[in-house]
Amino acid sequence: MSSIKLRAVVALSGLALACAVNAQQAAAPKKAPAPAAKKAASESKDAVTAEFEKFREMMEDASPAELFEAKGEELWKTRRGPKNASLEQCDLGLGPGVLKGAYVQMPRYFADAGQVMDVERRIVHCMVTLQGFKAEDLARQPFSTEAGTPDPVSLVTYVAGQSRGMKIAIPQKHAKEREAYRLGREIFNFRAGAWDFSCASCHGEDGRRIRTQELPNLTSRKDAIRAFQGWPGYRMTGGLMHTLQWRMNDCFRQQRFPEPGYASETIADLLTYMGVNANGYVYKGPGIKR
Amino acid sequence: MADPMRIRAVAKDGAVIVKILMSHEMETGQRKDGAGKAIPAHFIQQVSATWQGKVVLSATWGTAISKNPFLEFSFKGGQKGEKIQVTWTDNKGDKRTDEATIN
Repeated sequence: MSSIKLRAVVALSGLALACAVNAQQAAAPKKAPAPAAKKAASESKDAVTAEFEKFREMMEDASPAELFEAKGEELWKTRRGPKNASLEQCDLGLGPGVLKGAYVQMPRYFADAGQVMDVERRIVHCMVTLQGFKAEDLARQPFSTEAGTPDPVSLVTYVAGQSRGMKIAIPQKHAKEREAYRLGREIFNFRAGAWDFSCASCHGEDGRRIRTQELPNLTSRKDAIRAFQGWPGYRMTGGLMHTLQWRMNDCFRQQRFPEPGYASETIADLLTYMGVNANGYVYKGPGIKR
Repeated sequence: MADPMRIRAVAKDGAVIVKILMSHEMETGQRKDGAGKAIPAHFIQQVSATWQGKVVLSATWGTAISKNPFLEFSFKGGQKGEKIQVTWTDNKGDKRTDEATIN
């Protein structure tokens, strides 16, 4: 019995590390919809959290995420792939090539694909349809490692930077967008895997914490920004740039779930649920994490 | 050639504050790969910044500097519109120079 508990604690501590980042990012939203609630939350912070936040503020001005934004810009504008085309005609929901504000309005429904797509799923779609890359090739090693940073990661970082300072406004107009929200909420609460966890096991209630990490309650409006802000994020440990696709994959791993499909419908639904919950908050751009 | 640096230079109260983000692995030479073999050291050894032909910063770095290093410094003089150049050289002889305009 105690050995199972220990494994759970060890796994959850990894999850907590990621969530602490989200905790710090939300420290000072420019326009908090519920300032009273936010103030109450910050008063309950302890010295450890305060130190994390100080570090984060220092680093925000100097985030290596900018290097990946620059790389992503170059990738966006360069003719590449079998079709020798750039991504400048890629439609992220606001018209071909319109980048300002696109990140904070995704996931959204795309008629040309007949699917709800988050940013990374959409960028992969554009790389396939406009540039001729193969989806299987992009899915093979989709996450940053010491060996390098996959192109979609840099592209997502570039696109995210173009929504810096803008309000999150993920649409719920189309029936499929609303369905994605509903399914995302179901997935969030669905207990499965060897440990019978769901996302809600860690993120479904106020005041949960793992060791020194405060876990945001992602079912609540007040904590919702902590799932959106900070991503994509540069992780100091390893010096790696990660997107929400990576974060969701890692959450599944920590819960001992089977690996989710890269840029799959499941992840698009989850990101829709969590993203819509954060509508109204201001997105500060790509983040930086310990 | 190595990836470009991001340089921001702001003139304030008679001085210029320069912030630089460099893209570099900064491998210490002490890490080992899966086979147990040491990964060769690859790190920036010299950094210099010049303004109007004058060297305003000169630094010698070692393996304690982290990956994708950030450097911030300030120097007296410098007006908005003038340019500064930053150069780094690493232990393999790779080099990178970038220029920025003071804001």
